[in-house]
Amino acid sequence: MTKYAGVPGVIETREALGETTLVVDPARLVEACMFLRDEHGFNFLSDIAAADYLGWGEQEVAGYIGTASGRNLNEPGSQGLAHVPAPKPKRFSVSYQLLRVGDEPVRLRVQVWLDDGEAVASVIPVWPAADWFEREAWDMMGVPFDGHPNLVRILMPEDWEGHPLRKDYPLGGEPVRFSDED
Amino acid sequence: MTVLPSTRIYEGTRIPHPVPTILEVDPEKHSLEDILTVNFGPNHPSTHGVLRLVVDLDGEAVAGIRAIIGYLHTGFEKNMEAKSWWKSVTYAPRVDYVSFHANELLYVLAIEKLLGIEVPRRATWARMALAELNRIHSHLVWLGTSALEIGAISLFWYAFDDRDQILDLFEMAGGTRMHTRYVQVGGLAEDLPPGFSPEARKFCESMPKSVDEYEAILDRNAIWLERTKGIGLLSAEDALALAQSGPMLRSSGVNWDLRKNMPYLAYDEVEFDVPVYRNGDVYDRYKVHMDEMRQSVRIIRQCLDRLDETEGEPWIADDRKVVLPPRHELHTSMESLIHHFKIVTEGFTVPEGEVYVVIESPRGEAGCYLVSDGGARPWRVRFRAPSFAALQATATVVQECLIADLVAVAGSLDPVMGDADR
Repeated sequence: MTKYAGVPGVIETREALGETTLVVDPARLVEACMFLRDEHGFNFLSDIAAADYLGWGEQEVAGYIGTASGRNLNEPGSQGLAHVPAPKPKRFSVSYQLLRVGDEPVRLRVQVWLDDGEAVASVIPVWPAADWFEREAWDMMGVPFDGHPNLVRILMPEDWEGHPLRKDYPLGGEPVRFSDED
Repeated sequence: MTVLPSTRIYEGTRIPHPVPTILEVDPEKHSLEDILTVNFGPNHPSTHGVLRLVVDLDGEAVAGIRAIIGYLHTGFEKNMEAKSWWKSVTYAPRVDYVSFHANELLYVLAIEKLLGIEVPRRATWARMALAELNRIHSHLVWLGTSALEIGAISLFWYAFDDRDQILDLFEMAGGTRMHTRYVQVGGLAEDLPPGFSPEARKFCESMPKSVDEYEAILDRNAIWLERTKGIGLLSAEDALALAQSGPMLRSSGVNWDLRKNMPYLAYDEVEFDVPVYRNGDVYDRYKVHMDEMRQSVRIIRQCLDRLDETEGEPWIADDRKVVLPPRHELHTSMESLIHHFKIVTEGFTVPEGEVYVVIESPRGEAGCYLVSDGGARPWRVRFRAPSFAALQATATVVQECLIADLVAVAGSLDPVMGDADR
């Protein structure tokens, strides 16, 4: 806990499974990252991972996702969760996986929570490696990054609609071109 | 960790500004009328897959570059969310199809961390032996294709001959040559067959000789040296800023290997050296790859010794809620049949939580971020792909290059497009 004392904007510090997570106020993210890079030596941005928590804690079952025409194992009565997971503060989380490449290597996760459409500042000024990671988070999850100089799609085609990794984006939901239905 | 004293590859930083991954044509240096913009890829024999480079050429010199990826995006992460933990393991090796075992291992290690399950020693040694075999496999594919692209055609056949022997070993262990799904949550799918160790030892005898031969072919080849030395420069500082890892980082003078610096599996119990070079050019990346193959053989030998010692010990954890019961029990035990049925149909559940597990894959820092809500399917799967990060360095390393160097430089980043695009 005290190890990361003084990091600006920290809302919560979590220790779980041997990993430390700092939940940071999105408005002070860049400030916190600068501090961690300069004061704590986190010189390596390993990854930026966005996650969508829409429908978190609702009924879930293993096997197949039901389709309009097919079977639906999500019906009540099939196996659900053993217990309801702890609620999340907002819909999206963006996790910055930091690494100190040095004599005392350590990993740290900095996390911000965002609503749909809420932007967070780009960390390119801190670590240039954030460029594509942020573009991917935008492309796949629709998380906008303020101040990113080139925030365009990276994996999907430029004219793609929607953000495929969102939970409300259906699996197999892309239109099939040149099919009989057109 | 130490950064070797650099021979001053270049002054300051070369990372372009404001977009770190796009090299814009400098209008002061180049008259814009002379600039020719060329599409290099996505379908080009020397792009290691479907990488597209939009290159601005001033004569033969590269004045601007932009890497465009996504042509091999297959939605692995989305698909894995829809499958049970048990089934989604199948997807992991297909993400990076050249280091298939490393990816499978990474994903399973992440699940095991969430589960808190203990893996038997024998399984760990087998996983390590296969991981190092996979590293040699990946480096051989890299060596063969990269050399082929800059004209050393014969090497491709030699490298793929050795690669085939590795795939034979994988076939022996898991039944298939690639994408074995041999690593299971809790251990291995089956014990290693009795003939595996002698065959692997034979390979360990021949492989170092092969590496010597490769170096004999390349190291005194004037064309090879001319085309790789001093080309595609990347300083240690820029490499760290651009999150480069693996051979990219070690060829720039940073002595950093997760197997040494943050050991996982049982890498802290084996002896090996981390090769580091400091010129940060294509040639040094090639040297790192060659030395790593030798070191991998050293590790495999030690793993095989431990595997021989642990002969007959369990190779998968004894946890009936997660691990399939032994096949023969299904005929006699009702409980085993129920467990088998439940795991195969519904899958096992994984406690709520999030983890980020990283291993040193052949390409460097390969990470897996997992979120579980306590159910039988992953809530979120994310792979930190080393190829994706490596391609971010394109705009930095191609500076002062000619169009012909581009082939050597792009190859030296060792991108696997399945890994970059997922």
